[in-house]
Amino acid sequence: MNITNETSYLKTFNEEERALYTEDLSVFYGGKVQKLFDASLQFKKNTITALIGGSGSGKSTFLRSLNRMNDRVARVDGKIMFHGLDINKSNINVYELRKNIGMVFQRPNPFPKSIRENIVYALKADGQNDKEQLDQIVEESLRAAALWDEVKDKLNKSALALSGGQQQRLCIARALAIKPEILLLDEPASALDPVSTSKLEDTLKQLRTEYTMVMVTHNMQQASRISDYTAFFNLGHVIEYNSTAEIFTNPKGQLTEEYIQGSFG
Amino acid sequence: MVNAKNRDKIATWIIYFFVGIVVLILVGILGNILITGLPHLSWHFLSSEASSYQAGGGVRDQLFNSLYLLVLTAIISLPIALGAAIYLAEYAKDNWITGLLRTTIEILSSLPSIVVGLFGYLLFVVQFGFGFSIISGAVALTFFNLPILTSNIEQAIKGIPQAQREAGLALGLSNWKTIRGIVLPAALPGILTGLILSAGRIFGEAAALIYTAGQSGSTIDYSNWNPFSSTSFLNVMRPAETLAVHIWKVNTEGIISDAAIVSAATSALLVLVVIIFNLGARYLGNKLYRKLTAAK
Amino acid sequence: MKKNKELKEVVDQAIAQQKVPHVKLNKMGPNSVNIDKLTKPSKETRQEYWGKGLTYFAILLIIILVVSIIGFVGGHGLATFFTDHINPIHFLTSSDWDPGEGKNHVGAAAMIVTSFAVTLLAAIVATPFAVSVSLFMTEYTSKKGANFLQSVIELLVGIPSVVYGFLGLAIVVPTIRKIFGGTGFGILAATLVLFVMVLPTITSLTVDALKAVPKHFRQASAALGATHWQTIYKVVLRVATPRILTAIIFGMARAFGEALAVQMVIGNAVLMPYNLVSPSATLTSQLTSQMGNTVMGTLPNNALWSLALLLLIMSLVFNFLIRLVGKKGGK
Repeated sequence: MNITNETSYLKTFNEEERALYTEDLSVFYGGKVQKLFDASLQFKKNTITALIGGSGSGKSTFLRSLNRMNDRVARVDGKIMFHGLDINKSNINVYELRKNIGMVFQRPNPFPKSIRENIVYALKADGQNDKEQLDQIVEESLRAAALWDEVKDKLNKSALALSGGQQQRLCIARALAIKPEILLLDEPASALDPVSTSKLEDTLKQLRTEYTMVMVTHNMQQASRISDYTAFFNLGHVIEYNSTAEIFTNPKGQLTEEYIQGSFG
Repeated sequence: MVNAKNRDKIATWIIYFFVGIVVLILVGILGNILITGLPHLSWHFLSSEASSYQAGGGVRDQLFNSLYLLVLTAIISLPIALGAAIYLAEYAKDNWITGLLRTTIEILSSLPSIVVGLFGYLLFVVQFGFGFSIISGAVALTFFNLPILTSNIEQAIKGIPQAQREAGLALGLSNWKTIRGIVLPAALPGILTGLILSAGRIFGEAAALIYTAGQSGSTIDYSNWNPFSSTSFLNVMRPAETLAVHIWKVNTEGIISDAAIVSAATSALLVLVVIIFNLGARYLGNKLYRKLTAAK
Repeated sequence: MKKNKELKEVVDQAIAQQKVPHVKLNKMGPNSVNIDKLTKPSKETRQEYWGKGLTYFAILLIIILVVSIIGFVGGHGLATFFTDHINPIHFLTSSDWDPGEGKNHVGAAAMIVTSFAVTLLAAIVATPFAVSVSLFMTEYTSKKGANFLQSVIELLVGIPSVVYGFLGLAIVVPTIRKIFGGTGFGILAATLVLFVMVLPTITSLTVDALKAVPKHFRQASAALGATHWQTIYKVVLRVATPRILTAIIFGMARAFGEALAVQMVIGNAVLMPYNLVSPSATLTSQLTSQMGNTVMGTLPNNALWSLALLLLIMSLVFNFLIRLVGKKGGK
């Protein structure tokens, strides 16, 4: 299967350590076009794993398959194991699943509602109506996303009035409010300026103590700065997966080495 | 080269000539309606009953009937159009069944309104025995209104970025909850604009009504609030003539001597209402849009 | 000294704040995963079920509606041929129309010819005007001018058809009477009224067609030294032709199905038109003026439903033509 004809290295963990893992995950678009080939990756609890690779390498496709966001656009084959359950099966309740595996997107996408409403909307939909408890969650999740101090006086103002960086942290707060175990991040900083990016990175590092995070990124520096493990994707294949330090200083595969050197330029 | 340049000039002049004529026609039409009609558009005209055989009648009942039919039609058609539009925008898969559905809706929108009206006549007036009635008219207008309203709403829904839907789904909301709680509120300005624009069409429609709501009115009592009483203005089983039908009737029957004046004034009223709807749709759309995306 | 100390305190505080930018997470953190929930239907599943069901129901209503319109109109329209045994060929080719009286002739040719005549004439007259106005809006005038014309055209689309009919009756018919004599009613009057009615329809669709022509086509042509008109004629109009044709067919469909405005100025005499200013009748005008005078189920009534069926078929044909032209343009 490996088109590069070189021994690829994929890090593994034992059962207690891993929060989520996939076995031979393949994704097909339009029934025919295969965008991901037999990806098998394991994610360790309370770590940040970065998925790197060029455009069209399949890293975003892989990420979006993990909480079944690809359901309507693609066919996903293979296993995704979560607490001993294959969550890629059709009998899985995807709504409940997504409450356990949250997601933050490339572009900040707050709802055109107030800041508070952005956070409590899904909770209310879930049947939580106790105002005090909701207020508590609003504060906690905004603090967790390092946004509380900036917005505490304008919780009832439109979320669209925030800056791009603030909006993205609001989106993280919104995802955290559901209290997921795993947080998927699809290039969360790509639309942000350097200052907002560094704030966001601080936030993510802080969150590692509680959550398991998987993050797609184009930015090598970012991957090296905040991730514990890194997986390198190329043309739909996982080429190499190892601790970030190892991948960046001592890549096993030639493609990985070329990509990392090229990217750091 | 000289030849080409001359041709360029001639073509430009011809185009300007045609445009000039069109502008003259437009000015002529609007001017004629407003200049001949507006002076007769008095409070007396709006508040008195129509006369069936002598001069000096007003359009009070016709005006009320038009508005009442408009409201009823909107109430009936909005939920159906909304449901159909949500289906087309959010649930329909890209396959031949959806293609067939869209063709069906296109066929409905291209049917002449007289055919839609006659179908309403056949089904409601004759088959169901409702007779010429407001409810028959409102249903016929709904048939006539559904395709255009559906496609307006669909466009409004499709205009909401995919990222909003993904945000909702990623929080564990159902598709339906995402649509209802996030997509629809965001699409509200577009939906309202579509609704108001279609209201303009409904307000002026006559062909679908002459054999459903009827061409004559009954005596209406505006103080009778019991919708089941036959003289109540709210009764939906009474025949009702609208403004547009009134224009058609006074001109084709030609009984009243001031038909031209009545028609001119009624036309001016209709055109004014259409203008108000047009401007209102734009104003409300902009305002709601700004409110939703307000920076403060 | 004191000042320095104060300063140091402030700086220390600032550094301390920087180092602990976040309040410690007390209660945050994931909920424990309830595996059972993952395989069972939840509130969301039910919501989805009912919501989806509602939209299916709405779309189903529309389908039932269209099918029953075709079914009902078709059923009544065909009764003329199956119940009353009128020869369809006779219906289409004869111009004798006196169902219910005299010899029960059901020949619709006069109305068919008139319907097509007013439709075609209106489209022929309207097209050069519509194309000129569209060109003016997209190629000649500023954005402001174009926007102004656009809103006027939108307004004209919105003017009710009876208002156009009334204007035809008040202005067009007397003028024709003055110039050509006779009653003034007839194909010419109907054509002029329909011309004004379809003009905004064709124009706004043609504007869309012209706007869809990519800018770089024009730039490339201008760069080759073509005059403005050469660019328009040889490039813009060529590229936009299929969509302009679609616009014209749309206009024709509207003209063919228009009932009241035409009925007010056509004269309503079921006669084969021998010139443009003799009273005549179209399919729609006949339906409008006669449906109320017939009794359901009798031959005169069925004959009218046959006219309605013909209208329905023609609207399907126009629909088909629009698709056909659209497909060809897409290639």
